[in-house]
Amino acid sequence: MSVLLYLVPAALSLGLLGLVAFLWSLRSGQYDDIEGAAVRVLSDDDLRETAPARPDRNALTGEPRA
Amino acid sequence: MGTQVLPFPATAAPAAAAPVAQDYSLFLRRDPSGQAEMAFAVEGIDCAACIDEIEDGCEALPGIARARLNYTTHRLTIGWDAQAEPAPARVLEALAKAGYRAWPFEADRLEEIDNATARHLLRCLGVAGFAAMNIMLLSVSVWSGNVTDITPETRDFFHWLSALIALPAAAYAGQPFFQSALRALKARSLNMDVPITLGVLLALSVSVFETLHHAEHAYFDSAVMLLFFLLAGRYLDHAMRRRTRAEAGNLAALKAVSANRIEPDGRLVTVPAAAVKPGDEVMLRAGERAPVDGIVLSGTAAVDESLVTGETLPRAVGVGGMVHAGSLIHDGVLRLRTTAAGEDTFLDEIERLLDKASTARGRYIRLADRAARLYAPMVHTTALLALVGWLIAGASLHQAVLIAVAVLIITCPCALALAVPAVQVVAAGTLMRAGVLINSGDTFERLAEIDTVAFDKTGTLTLPEPSLSDTSAVPAPLLAVAARLALASTHPLARAIAAAHPQARPLDNVREVPGAGVEAEIDGVSARLGSPAFCGCEALATARAEAAPDASLVAVRLGEACAVLEIRQALRSDARAVIGELRDAGLKVVLLSGDRRAAVAPVAAQLGIKEWWAQMRPGDKIAVLESLDAKGHGVLMVGDGINDAPSLASAHVSLSPISAADVTRAQADAVFLGEKLAPVAAALNVARQARHLMRQNLMIAVIYNLIAVPLAVAGYVTPLVAALAMSGSSIIVTLNALRARQGGGAGGTQMDATAAPAGVKARGARQGGRVAA
Repeated sequence: MSVLLYLVPAALSLGLLGLVAFLWSLRSGQYDDIEGAAVRVLSDDDLRETAPARPDRNALTGEPRA
Repeated sequence: MGTQVLPFPATAAPAAAAPVAQDYSLFLRRDPSGQAEMAFAVEGIDCAACIDEIEDGCEALPGIARARLNYTTHRLTIGWDAQAEPAPARVLEALAKAGYRAWPFEADRLEEIDNATARHLLRCLGVAGFAAMNIMLLSVSVWSGNVTDITPETRDFFHWLSALIALPAAAYAGQPFFQSALRALKARSLNMDVPITLGVLLALSVSVFETLHHAEHAYFDSAVMLLFFLLAGRYLDHAMRRRTRAEAGNLAALKAVSANRIEPDGRLVTVPAAAVKPGDEVMLRAGERAPVDGIVLSGTAAVDESLVTGETLPRAVGVGGMVHAGSLIHDGVLRLRTTAAGEDTFLDEIERLLDKASTARGRYIRLADRAARLYAPMVHTTALLALVGWLIAGASLHQAVLIAVAVLIITCPCALALAVPAVQVVAAGTLMRAGVLINSGDTFERLAEIDTVAFDKTGTLTLPEPSLSDTSAVPAPLLAVAARLALASTHPLARAIAAAHPQARPLDNVREVPGAGVEAEIDGVSARLGSPAFCGCEALATARAEAAPDASLVAVRLGEACAVLEIRQALRSDARAVIGELRDAGLKVVLLSGDRRAAVAPVAAQLGIKEWWAQMRPGDKIAVLESLDAKGHGVLMVGDGINDAPSLASAHVSLSPISAADVTRAQADAVFLGEKLAPVAAALNVARQARHLMRQNLMIAVIYNLIAVPLAVAGYVTPLVAALAMSGSSIIVTLNALRARQGGGAGGTQMDATAAPAGVKARGARQGGRVAA
């Protein structure tokens, strides 16, 4: 049963890691705007830098923006 | 009854019409590094693209370091560079240009406390979840080991590890329950948290005892899982009320009145009403609502106090007269010295009645607490009997104690504690889709108990703003002229005329005649809008006034043609249908109004309400409610005026439209949105169904106990059985609660798209979805 000596601490520390991650995300305000986070992921404002030449065109397809 | 032939329209003093400086310093907050920050409530956000549009638009303004929109609460936070001079007015301007209306916003203290509590609950939930999962990992190993070949040393090791996780976790995550139980015990009462606390503490201490004695079973997993389930229920319940509060906070900001304060140097500055202090001088112009209570220093005006007293006939005030916050200035300009501002602005009488009424309301005991009062003693007696019984039957003390604890754990009101909040959360989501925001958790229970509905008239059965009522009787060209002339005036009646004809184009060179009306020349023909005397058709007006005593009359003249317009507070479009629906449902409908008999009678007749009272003072309304209560009726009061606030507080349960005065809205158990009355009926339907489900859930919990308790008393309950039974019952109760989603179906479809802000409905729908997930 000596396998327990490292399996149990490993399991516990993984769980603890999850808890710490949760508490950190809570503290950093990630639960303040749950619905905003869901729609912000779709916004493409990070593409502006990659297509500086034609900001009036869609960065992916090259078509003019609506 | 006097005919209401009003002087019309108002004239604003030319000096006061000059642009006024805006002062938002009240809302600015500076952090230690010198950065200024300000929050806005934004109206008109309905899609994800709005986020980018608003944030980018604001960040493009000079001096702004960051703009962050909270999509859930529709609030925008703007941070300015430390060196830059904050310019909130420019932000508002930029937002207005992009098509959003925004208002400076300050979270009130209650909301801050609420947010902190929610975060604490979530932290507790995280800790309990972590502990429950890890202890389960160890427990499952022990359970399977017990039937195979686990060595006693390994089992002890696992139990000690479980204790190491469970004890600190329970000490932290159990705080909300421990504190609430302690409060209840100090007040010498019992609530649901007392048996919870007792069960958790006993389970933990017995488990430690068992572990010390190398026993086969420990209950650490049950104790922590119990906390986890209960915390989940409590967090959901809290989230529901927090959402309503955020919504109400935004609405309060959107409705926040600003005041035109006269500075000592004579300048006029627009400040939020909250910044006005007693003693300040305030300028009031036609068409504005008084932001504070005050004494008139100069000027005369006709003041509409329908929001304050329910009386629709304007009252004339002059120098030395008193103007109450919430009164609408019909015409003239007033200079007031503030006597009371902010929360002190309601009438003494109302305040006194309100205090009395609110204490009476506090006697109501929630369904869940009533269940707890029955339940807790019963559980504890059963456990005690089991202990004594087994001792008499010859079991050892150790065995008997173990069985008694098993009884306590298995009866621990997991399902019972979830039974009510789970339904409340789901039903609140359903109601939100129907346009009703719930203020307090036990609203559903109380709504389901009523058999009488008392309506206020002004602003509740009728729309809050007056409107033109007989457009068909007036020749179309005259109506068009009236609307064009009306655009030039700020008088509330003029606004109603202009609203009836939205495509009207404004006229140039309109001349205002103080206290009489407006006139202009259209294609060489003189046109007038105003009092019947001003338009020279008094005979017509007198005849009409007799036929329609409840309307305000305005005359219009174009050349030789002349007509009289009737303006009254029109009934909400579905008022008759909703009243009929309520009556069909077996409810008694009564009407309590502060307005004149002549104004109330036609409304009562039109709606078929037989029992109605007019000219009611706030105290009279309470007296009627109390007499109904004494006859054994549960009364739902629906009202909006400041004069209704005490009766809302004293009724069994209360609703108010979103357009109601702040004081009144704060007293209401729920607030409904939109121009229609349908949400009132929807609220009642959903509440009935919710109560049905709550009772069903409590029954499920009781049946579960009826099966589980004999097993526990007989000594058959191992920790494995306890854990399975507890989660099983919790899940059944939660699933049953989800059926409350269907209740508002009818109300939901009755809502038209304009009635509720799109965001409210969409979010309501999504909230329901999240609960289901």
